[in-house]
Amino acid sequence: MKAYLAQAKSEIRLSLTQGESLLVTILIPVIFLLGFTVVKVLPLPNGVHSRPVFLVPGTMALAVMATGMVSQGIATAVDRTYGVLKRLGVTPLGKSGFLYAKITAILVVEIVQLLILFLLGLFLGWHPNGNYFAFIVGAILATVAFSGIGLLLAGTLRSEAMIGVSNAVYLILLFLGGMIFPVSSLPTPLADLAKILPAQATSEIFYHALGVGGIIPTSAWIVLIIWAVAAPALAAKFFKWDS
Amino acid sequence: MAVIEVSDLHIAYGSKEAVAGLSFEAETGQILVVLGPNGAGKSSTIESLEGFRKPSSGTVRVLGLDPQKQQRELGKKIGVMLQGGGVNPRMTPSQALALFAGYYQNPIDPKELERFLELDHIKGTSFRRLSGGEKQRLLLALAVVGRPEVVMLDEPTSGVDPAGRVVIRNLITKLRDEGAAVILTTHELGEAEKLGDRVLIIAKGRSIAYGDLSTIKSQHSETQITFRSSFPIDQVDFETHLKVRLERPFGNDLYVIRGDIYSELVAQVTRYLADKNVNFTDLSTASTTLEDIYLSLTKQQEVAK
Repeated sequence: MKAYLAQAKSEIRLSLTQGESLLVTILIPVIFLLGFTVVKVLPLPNGVHSRPVFLVPGTMALAVMATGMVSQGIATAVDRTYGVLKRLGVTPLGKSGFLYAKITAILVVEIVQLLILFLLGLFLGWHPNGNYFAFIVGAILATVAFSGIGLLLAGTLRSEAMIGVSNAVYLILLFLGGMIFPVSSLPTPLADLAKILPAQATSEIFYHALGVGGIIPTSAWIVLIIWAVAAPALAAKFFKWDS
Repeated sequence: MAVIEVSDLHIAYGSKEAVAGLSFEAETGQILVVLGPNGAGKSSTIESLEGFRKPSSGTVRVLGLDPQKQQRELGKKIGVMLQGGGVNPRMTPSQALALFAGYYQNPIDPKELERFLELDHIKGTSFRRLSGGEKQRLLLALAVVGRPEVVMLDEPTSGVDPAGRVVIRNLITKLRDEGAAVILTTHELGEAEKLGDRVLIIAKGRSIAYGDLSTIKSQHSETQITFRSSFPIDQVDFETHLKVRLERPFGNDLYVIRGDIYSELVAQVTRYLADKNVNFTDLSTASTTLEDIYLSLTKQQEVAK
């Protein structure tokens, strides 16, 4: 427990003090929420007239994706490339202790992100719909799915390649994820593709849980659960501790 | 008491056998130095002790544990210094030491280690900005902060300046004196001679010399007299008079007498040269160093191949 606490503290400090990480996990979601609420250039879903109703859940989904997949993914790839993961294998922390500490850091960063976006949303006139249980379940599944993707990339790519690949995947999922503009605005083939991606499933669950209300589509839950099972399983199979 | 026991260790990478039947032991309160040319199998051997490399066959036990199956348990009792890595590049020495101290129940005070290894002045500098020697000193500090019973150091003084080497050597001997078993690899033979209680020389994955440093030196060592003379010496006459063999190894003005050298022989050589009016210079006696033994043994191994 002592080793885990020391590592978790270190991981949280590194996550919350790295400029590039803060840019992608906090600054970009905040800029998107603030910017696209004020500058009304992007379309909204049919029947929705308040921008924060769509953008607050959407940027929250973006924030969860950025933390699990990009920020922690890159950090893990750097640790692997610099032999940190290998070295931790011969400490009392062990590899499992390292993973628990990483998960703790991801959850802490997400709480900070979501709190900032929640408060900013309220400031912008957003009234949460309030299905917090579905939101929390969705956030946990999304964290597992995106962290799994991040670890899969981090465990197979060198840190230099990881930065490029994870940012490219981030942009693609942002574009196809229904986070800052609705998927219905996309051409049909892309909209169909988006439905099987974890980004769209997450934003849809968040949108219904905190935005417009109504029943969350079962298909979104199924897609997110499949990603939450498959991505960590693939990461566990292909992850290399030593670069 | 033997805390590292390796018996008939084989490690293969595909069809290439990096380690081919090594057996050795290391004991508490002792420094075992592993020497060998590049690619001899030193790092593979150390990595098998750390649990990173799976033996193809043979047995490896560290403190009675199997490093492959009980790596985490072993991690509580050993300190490891990998070649050139193991620290997040954004961390400062101070942060890294505090983190590693946090892994262990009864760590050494990080400040004490910072002082001993002269890391005080760079404790706030990120790892990526440290010099090679500073990085090595920090990695050594991280290896020992948990008060390990066994310390495994892979080329601890590689890229370190002479002053830094002294600091590192002082800590390694302190660990030994406090009862730890230390196993280290190095290419610095002078350092091996200064530090080692026991030496293992590997070539092509096989042991070519193993034992106490003093025993190895007495087994392979010889003394010699050397001198220079621009005037050609009648070797047959010299050898007949003094009953020793006179060599001219490079065919130039350097003459060498090898074997059992005693002070009377030195006097006899001097007398003989003076009687013959030979104007000699640079007369000296010397013992074989570990470097001489190492070079001779590895060369023999190369020739045998």
